[in-house]
Amino acid sequence: MDFINSIVLLCNFLIIPALTYGSQLALGAIGVTLIYGVLRFANFAYGDLMAFATMSVILVTWYLQSIGVNLGVLPTALIALPFGIIATIAISLFFDKTVFKYYREKKSDPVILIVVSLGVMFILNALVRIIIGPGDVVFMDGARFIIKAREFKDLTGFDEGLALKSTQLITFLTTIATASLLFYFLNKTKTGKSMRAYSDNEDLALLSGIDPNKIITLTWVLVSILATVAGTLYGLDKSFKPLAYWNNLLPIFAATIVGGIGNPLGAFYGGFVIAFTEIALTYAYKKFFVYILPEHLEPNSLVQYISTDYKFAISFAILVIVLIYRPNGIFKGKVI
Amino acid sequence: MYFSAKNLTGGYGGVNIIEDCSFEVDQGEIVSILGPNGAGKSTAMKAILGILNNSSGEVSLNGQDITKLKTQDRIKSGISFVPQTNNIFTELTVQENLEMGAFLFDGDINKRINEMYTLFPIIKEKKDQSAGELSGGQRQQVALARALMTNPKVLMLDEPTAGVSPIVMDEIFQHILNIKKQNIAVLMVEQNARQALEISDRGYILVTGKNAYEGNGDYLLNDSEIRKSFLGG
Repeated sequence: MDFINSIVLLCNFLIIPALTYGSQLALGAIGVTLIYGVLRFANFAYGDLMAFATMSVILVTWYLQSIGVNLGVLPTALIALPFGIIATIAISLFFDKTVFKYYREKKSDPVILIVVSLGVMFILNALVRIIIGPGDVVFMDGARFIIKAREFKDLTGFDEGLALKSTQLITFLTTIATASLLFYFLNKTKTGKSMRAYSDNEDLALLSGIDPNKIITLTWVLVSILATVAGTLYGLDKSFKPLAYWNNLLPIFAATIVGGIGNPLGAFYGGFVIAFTEIALTYAYKKFFVYILPEHLEPNSLVQYISTDYKFAISFAILVIVLIYRPNGIFKGKVI
Repeated sequence: MYFSAKNLTGGYGGVNIIEDCSFEVDQGEIVSILGPNGAGKSTAMKAILGILNNSSGEVSLNGQDITKLKTQDRIKSGISFVPQTNNIFTELTVQENLEMGAFLFDGDINKRINEMYTLFPIIKEKKDQSAGELSGGQRQQVALARALMTNPKVLMLDEPTAGVSPIVMDEIFQHILNIKKQNIAVLMVEQNARQALEISDRGYILVTGKNAYEGNGDYLLNDSEIRKSFLGG
């Protein structure tokens, strides 16, 4: 019984939150990796693109709520998602045409493009703050929980409760669906394969008749879809705060590099690696040990390896360790 | 002649690497462009393909002037090119490499893929492996097959045997002879001059960007001056 309780405890505080957070990072990391693979630079504006995307979704959600449209138990934001995607595609293509294209045609170094993307980041960041403000926005509606901790206890008779928020399930399922569709597209369709071919060998792709402009536009479209879905899921699960997206840039870049930069499948797994490491290292295991250890061995401390205040340090440490010992990532990516 | 490039002049950034070069190939013929390092062989290839920005001259295919066409349109009109390096998509499987070769062509490409597998049996065994995992010789076969996917009338090869062992070199030359039998015009740049001339119908020797010698394979192989200067005695 104590053993089962300990497992339920870990599920509730470690596994479910890590799967949710990992899903959000995974989608973000795939976006960063696609930009790197096709456009060949690390896009620092990505976090703020996610913030912009989520803001667009929120604005449409508010409008839908004001005219009384909702999805019942599901959050209204899911209906607003396609509109947010369109707005994000529009702004991505706008910045590509007005900013990135110029440097691409000049064949600028990736380092210059990184700095350029920092500039775009500041513009997007300011835009979001001007439109919606820097504060917290909660836009989650519909049913909050699938199972509440108390309901679970009553149902099973365990001492430990297991709560499953609807946003957690939605996040996980949407991520699996989005990633599956993306991998199907990249691996099975002619256009998807041509995108991989372009990322692999630009010159040979040109000789094969692949149009680089189409590939670049397509990349921005895919990246915008990923940014909107990932950003909205994160906002639904936590709450919307522009700075949080900027903060997430570090774990997202860490996930990208852990998975091997330029490798979308690697980025997907990388997101979960970062999320599990971060949550496993910051979780206080005291209660867990109380369940599984005999009474006289029970720990006095919280058995928390690192305070949650330092959770970003974990991403950073993983990033540094991977870059030193395995610069092309766990899965084979490009060496940076 | 079926495919000809006349009076090609061009280079990079204002300096002409090639001057007034001309080449001709007929269908079912192998023609080699030879010459010392830095003679402008690869540059000539680029000029023919329209990759070189600063170039002048005329390129015609089957009587039609294609000088004004962009590289992609030249490829569409029936010219295919295998670069010397990075000539395969290493991250893609062998089969996907072939599919990308036929990117510009709609319709059923499976028939063409199967023809390639008949022509290069070894790559059929590896069709689901990523091309980067193959040996040097197998990679060259994938590169040839990718270029042939478009069903080209002219195949241009930039040093197809660079960096492979002598045994593999013979194998690749054998494949090129088979390609010639399909009535394709083959134009190749080669470092292994003697071996290339043995399978070539004709050859051109470039020196400092100009046509220095031309003639059929036997003539170039047997001329004592050419032997001494370019074929290592």
